[in-house]
Amino acid sequence: MSASRWRNRGHPAYWAFLVHRLSGLALALFLPLHFVALARALRGAAALDAFLAWTRSPWVVASEIALVFALAAHLTGGLRLLLVEFVGWKSEGQKALLAVAGGVAAFCAIAFALNVV
Amino acid sequence: MSARAETRLWLLQRTSAAALAVCVAVHLATIIGAVRSGLSAAAILGRTNGSLGWAAFYAAFVLAVSIHAPIGLRGIAAEWLGWRGRAADAVFALIGIALLALGAYAIAAVTR
Repeated sequence: MSASRWRNRGHPAYWAFLVHRLSGLALALFLPLHFVALARALRGAAALDAFLAWTRSPWVVASEIALVFALAAHLTGGLRLLLVEFVGWKSEGQKALLAVAGGVAAFCAIAFALNVV
Repeated sequence: MSARAETRLWLLQRTSAAALAVCVAVHLATIIGAVRSGLSAAAILGRTNGSLGWAAFYAAFVLAVSIHAPIGLRGIAAEWLGWRGRAADAVFALIGIALLALGAYAIAAVTR
């Protein structure tokens, strides 16, 4: 592996790429489970409530907070990519844009955590 | 896949991303607001049952994500696993169809 390839990994945009990819992967894996859980409503409100009671266990709450962060990070990271690709916003202000993307994602996860815990 | 088809997929990925940006922003605000008063079937179904507006919103959301997610997964499989070609394309198309069907089922469950 060339030295330049490793050097690129120190750039914040590489970490943004990795977060975008891993959050997308997590969301894609979670989505079918989310749909199946919601479909329990077909069996009545009691069936959905029984499922919601299970989601109050600490590990599920922790996973939900991570998923909300993943969703918000995928949104803000995706908006940044759309800006780069379609508005041509390249080098200027990229680090600031990444910081805003991370900050908004963290804000959403913290707001969710404060409300759910 | 031809270069033209790849370009079309890239454009579909970006178009669905733009639609999802709006849907996800609304979804995040809904989630954060909904958990404030504690999640319950009554609260969720009270908002969505019989609501044409929420049904239309979630239909657009599910359609966009059923396009966006399989194209993204296809890219990851090609770049990280080296899995590409017709068989891979068929599997990711099926994943998209399955997501669309499951999503439609979930919408029907909460908005009927």
